[in-house]
Amino acid sequence: MSTCYMNNAASKPATAWQPRIVAFFCNWCTYTAADLAGVSRLKYASNVRVIRLMCSGRVDPQFVLDALARGADGVLIGGCHLGDCHYVEGNYKTMRRFQMLKRLLADLGIENQRVRLEWISASEGERVKTVVNEMVEQIRALGPLDLPGRFADWDREVTALEAEVHAREQLSRPEEAEVAHA
Amino acid sequence: MPKPKLGIYWCASCGGCEEAVVDLAEDILGVVEAVDIVLWPVAMDFKKQDVEAMPDKSIVATLINGAVRTSEQEEMAHLLRRKSQFIIAYGACAHTGGIPGLANQFSREQLLRFVYEETPTMVNEARTHPQTSHQNNGHTVTLPEFRNVVRALDQIVEVDYYIPGCPPTPKITKAAIGALLEGKLPPKGSVLAPDIALCDECPRKASKPTDVSFKEFKRPHLTPLDPDLCFLAQGLVCMGPATRGGCEAACTCGNMPCTGCFGPTSRVRDQGAKILSSLCANVAAKDEKEVRQIEAGIPDPVGTFYRYGLAKSLLRRKVDLVAK
Repeated sequence: MSTCYMNNAASKPATAWQPRIVAFFCNWCTYTAADLAGVSRLKYASNVRVIRLMCSGRVDPQFVLDALARGADGVLIGGCHLGDCHYVEGNYKTMRRFQMLKRLLADLGIENQRVRLEWISASEGERVKTVVNEMVEQIRALGPLDLPGRFADWDREVTALEAEVHAREQLSRPEEAEVAHA
Repeated sequence: MPKPKLGIYWCASCGGCEEAVVDLAEDILGVVEAVDIVLWPVAMDFKKQDVEAMPDKSIVATLINGAVRTSEQEEMAHLLRRKSQFIIAYGACAHTGGIPGLANQFSREQLLRFVYEETPTMVNEARTHPQTSHQNNGHTVTLPEFRNVVRALDQIVEVDYYIPGCPPTPKITKAAIGALLEGKLPPKGSVLAPDIALCDECPRKASKPTDVSFKEFKRPHLTPLDPDLCFLAQGLVCMGPATRGGCEAACTCGNMPCTGCFGPTSRVRDQGAKILSSLCANVAAKDEKEVRQIEAGIPDPVGTFYRYGLAKSLLRRKVDLVAK
């Protein structure tokens, strides 16, 4: 993953970077729509990893942050249209959380196009195809998010000192000095 | 038998945690009787060399407060880790980054420029910034490096236990030191406070509605506050549902909502995401535009939801800041 990000001549990645999108689809509507897209042999970009949940209301904002922190370039949430939720209120809760989550992510430097909420009913297989393709293209234009790579970059400043401290400790340990002289 | 040795050290902190130790009041005499304090820069005159001269693991426990922001703090953390059997992150900053962690929304350059050039009270025509090394009369003087990122203690060294709070209360401090001296310790890595949300011990719990519903978010400094009613029922942001208890609801008893200093319970990874989830799901509106209007009542989501926890949150920091 980080090799894709570090796109320098010395360690040229075997394959070019491809967007990776984690999709949380609700069991009753959007997942069924994705199934329909499949049986209808609609072709859409293979960059989404679909996770089926019983309801889009099950999407804890922690899931979205965790997916990004572990290397996803984008997160797509799909649920039933407002008013059609199998559990009556679940998608309303998702919509309200999502409005705030988008603001929070923008404040933390993550582009709004990287997270998307769509209402796709069981019969809208075509819509799955359109949304996924559109999102893949938008994220391809934004480039990799690569948070694991950025975390490693940030921590380089402390790992260097840590190595230095441990090297100094090795030198200052008297028992090891004696062994060296024996 | 020699008394067990105890160290207390501070990193990027305000001094409130030191005050919390003094707040043990007369109980501190019991602590001083039971242990030999070998390092406490705020109160006693021990130097780094004194610590370096000690055998490894000879300090039973060191309480470290404050976030980690400079190379000097990192070095001290590594040194104290080597000399101590237990390292205890004391207070919100060492535990989750604390208030200093909010600086993770800005780059080092932005911070230094603001502090040394743009602060209204600053006169610095030469635009002098601190340098890590400076030559003067053939002598070199040095300063620690100011890091790009604010970190919690366990992002630098292994931490054995956490005592949460901004600052920790005398009660949980006493209980933790007691458990340490008696060797009655929970599994390594535990936070030494109850593992249940604050609401459980809040005296307003009975008035918490089963269906919380926000028609607006009110702000505590602009609203008369009912002294008995659950803050969520009053339309205020209270971090209680996503925050560990153990403070005996000090803030809600003082008629202010919880701001989350004890951090999350063990089942929650990201306190900010969790309170966002809880509060926003309970917004009353069903229309996107109205939802946005109501949620505009929380003007600073990062500062509200991650007031003490940005450094240890899943994203840790504003992700698009350019380092160096």
